[in-house]
Amino acid sequence: MDFDVIIIGSGPGGYVTAIRASQLGLKTAIVERAELGGICLNWGCIPTKALLKSGEVYEQLSHLGDYGLSVSGAAFDFAKIIERSRGVAATMNKGVAFLMKKHKIEVIAGEARLEKGSPAPKVVVALTAGGARTVTAKHVILATGARAREIPTVGLTSDGDRVWTYRDALAPKAQPKTLIVIGSGAIGIEFASFYRALGSEVTVIEAVDRILPVEDEEVSKAAKRAFEKRGIKFRVGAKVTKLSKSKSGVSVALEVGGKAETLEAEVAIVAVGITGNVENLGLEALGAKVDRGHMVTDSHSQTNVPGLYAIGDVAGPPWLAHKASHEGVHCIEHIAGLKPANLTAPIPGCTYANPQVASIGLTEAAAKAAGHEVRAGRFPFKVNGKAVAAGETEGFVKTVFDGKTGALLGTHMIGHEVTEMIQGFGVAITLEATEEDLMATVYAHPTMSEAMHEAVLDAYGKVLHL
Amino acid sequence: MSIEILMPALSPTMEEGTLAKWHVKAGDTVQAGDVIAEIETDKATMEVEAVDEGVIEALLVEAGTENVKVNAVIARLSGEGEVAAPAAQEDKKSEPSKSSQPEQAAPAAVSKAAPAATPAPKSADGERVFASPLARRLAQAAGLDLKTIQGSGPHGRVIKADIEAARGKAPAAAPASSGAAAPARQAQSLEQQGIPAGSYDLIPLDGMRKTIARRMTDSFRDVPHFPLTIDLEIDGLLAARAKINAMLEKDGVKVSVNDLVIKAVAVALKRVPEANASYSPDGIAMHHHADIAMAVSIDGGGLITPIIRAAETKGLAQIATEAKDLAARARAKKLKPEEFQGGTFSVSNMGMMGIKSFASIINEPQACILSVGAGEPRPVVKNGALAIATVMTVTLTCDHRVVDGAIGARFLSAFKAMIEDPLTMIV
Repeated sequence: MDFDVIIIGSGPGGYVTAIRASQLGLKTAIVERAELGGICLNWGCIPTKALLKSGEVYEQLSHLGDYGLSVSGAAFDFAKIIERSRGVAATMNKGVAFLMKKHKIEVIAGEARLEKGSPAPKVVVALTAGGARTVTAKHVILATGARAREIPTVGLTSDGDRVWTYRDALAPKAQPKTLIVIGSGAIGIEFASFYRALGSEVTVIEAVDRILPVEDEEVSKAAKRAFEKRGIKFRVGAKVTKLSKSKSGVSVALEVGGKAETLEAEVAIVAVGITGNVENLGLEALGAKVDRGHMVTDSHSQTNVPGLYAIGDVAGPPWLAHKASHEGVHCIEHIAGLKPANLTAPIPGCTYANPQVASIGLTEAAAKAAGHEVRAGRFPFKVNGKAVAAGETEGFVKTVFDGKTGALLGTHMIGHEVTEMIQGFGVAITLEATEEDLMATVYAHPTMSEAMHEAVLDAYGKVLHL
Repeated sequence: MSIEILMPALSPTMEEGTLAKWHVKAGDTVQAGDVIAEIETDKATMEVEAVDEGVIEALLVEAGTENVKVNAVIARLSGEGEVAAPAAQEDKKSEPSKSSQPEQAAPAAVSKAAPAATPAPKSADGERVFASPLARRLAQAAGLDLKTIQGSGPHGRVIKADIEAARGKAPAAAPASSGAAAPARQAQSLEQQGIPAGSYDLIPLDGMRKTIARRMTDSFRDVPHFPLTIDLEIDGLLAARAKINAMLEKDGVKVSVNDLVIKAVAVALKRVPEANASYSPDGIAMHHHADIAMAVSIDGGGLITPIIRAAETKGLAQIATEAKDLAARARAKKLKPEEFQGGTFSVSNMGMMGIKSFASIINEPQACILSVGAGEPRPVVKNGALAIATVMTVTLTCDHRVVDGAIGARFLSAFKAMIEDPLTMIV
């Protein structure tokens, strides 16, 4: 037995699990076929945040007059923006390499395939440097992540030139003047927001009748209005019937409310979801259960194959880095014989567009559907002192309570830096706070977080500043 | 300074117990080593000895109180220097440095009628139950006492899921006493099952009964068990026993058939170590010694299984002596926890009660239990002719996760060889 545990994939699920494994005294190896840090650090969460920051700062320049400032000759260099983003990714990537070294985790560069073995499958790595190496461990954790879903039947397949996935959109050769984003989830909206901030003509196509469909309806509505104000166009309830390449770029045939329509643009970004990386791993021969592109696991991330676990994106939604890390830590602590708390804490979701969207727990509609007697509260930033002073008055905070027990079921926010505020309610939900505790908490003044307090008070008819 | 006397943990797993009896009262002077109380756990009754000398200031838990948490303060003792607590009247003793102490101590020591007030200090201690705000509210709404609910949150905090579980389990607000009682099946009351109230007397479940109910239910439901039965001719064994006892008479030791069975089991386990094992999720534990637990029934109900440790290393005389002592103390409920906890193999003998054959329930985590029936003259066929022999039927119940049929059979065959020819035991 070469290791106690081998982790396949070094994204935020895999590398965090490896660190925890090492802390627990387990001899650990991690197999990575591309860059340490996975999609999140190299092609996802982090480099997009770098791009969005550039877009946000540039957008601010056009509002400088609001603050009594002026600047002349404001401009941007697209190549440098991309370069900065790549540099940020490289920094984070080095950070992971350092962490692996610090925790004495052996990094095996190559692509892994599993073969039958006991007590866990054997891991055969086709080494990046050439040759192969077979390694064995008591436990093997799949953290292979996911990739953009493509729908070839209607032409939603990336070619890296005219049809992009998030990956192409992160490091393009040039900024498209016109852009169609297919899919209005977090990924689609973030790219729409970034390219629009730099002046691209952006149209977002969404199949259901509202954008950011997993968010609370009120947030979807406010987000659409905020993005439209910035010049993003939307086609909701629109079904893509065919994406084809044209001379000028791409042509997207749509069906909206029974009517056919065609949109043209230089480039289209395909952001219609995610599918797990379950291929070429030898899972079929092991008889591992895979359901619609994702590994089937139990509450401790165990698959049906002895000694084989799966965490993060490859184990199914929500496809979020923090979900992967959390699941991974739980999985390895369980393996080490600790008794980690059940994975019941709700997982926050954030969209880093301008304005930002953040939520945790149930939407109002979901709470009602689950049979709760809902009490909802809202508070807009436009009457929050700090927001007014900062000139960031867009958006609101919404709370959803169970009217019978006072349990906070969910909260939903849209506005400036709300992704930094959501954790407060996350702690409250995890600790099972009730409205009483949230009302009794003293919020610092002046902060935008005071809107959280007011949204709680509002749900119980006690709002102060409205 | 007064010394707090805490509810002792009589075993590593003990969480609470019943303070069965006080042997002292407020004002009594005790020496270290004096028995001051009796604690009843689910397994046994234990005496609590004073660790320090001093005067009992106050008994804080009334005799007969159930579910006293380990480490709860059960009494207060005034320390050595202040033995004079009752002497508050004698002015000479009130040194300035201890000015406030005698005043406090005096009333407690004087008022022998204190018991009425005793529960107060305990709750005044504010035995805080850690529970989430939501759990508190849900418990209140459901009329559940948080103290009776085992928390599954961080550091044992009671969370929403615990309240929901408790609510689902006991709609009739069964005083969830440490969750020990037999599970869900009890949900229907006897009345609901057609036995009218008043047509029977209800004996409260004591700790031992609850433990038997829980352990036997768990074992019979969760352990895949099967019995293997064989007949043994014990005329040779009885003859050997007579010889042995004649030899040991001068030492006042008498070896019983059961002692011989224990010895034979221990030696057979050495020869078939696969039967001396325990199932665990991490693997099968192969025990180094044959620690033989023997079931002893207790007058007035219940049973307990004291253990002859490393019986394979002990001679018959020693086994007989130990077994006699353990059985006597078991009946008096005076066993120490380490004397009945653990064990790698059990023997249950109902021969003296005239039972011919029976199959016991696995005593987890042991893999096997041997049920020994009565030795009696029975017709047997020898060399094609009927003959009479003293025959004893034994049944081995096996945990199939550990002991397969063939292992059980090998063990029984080794055991039979020794019982039928006791000389082989010493080879």
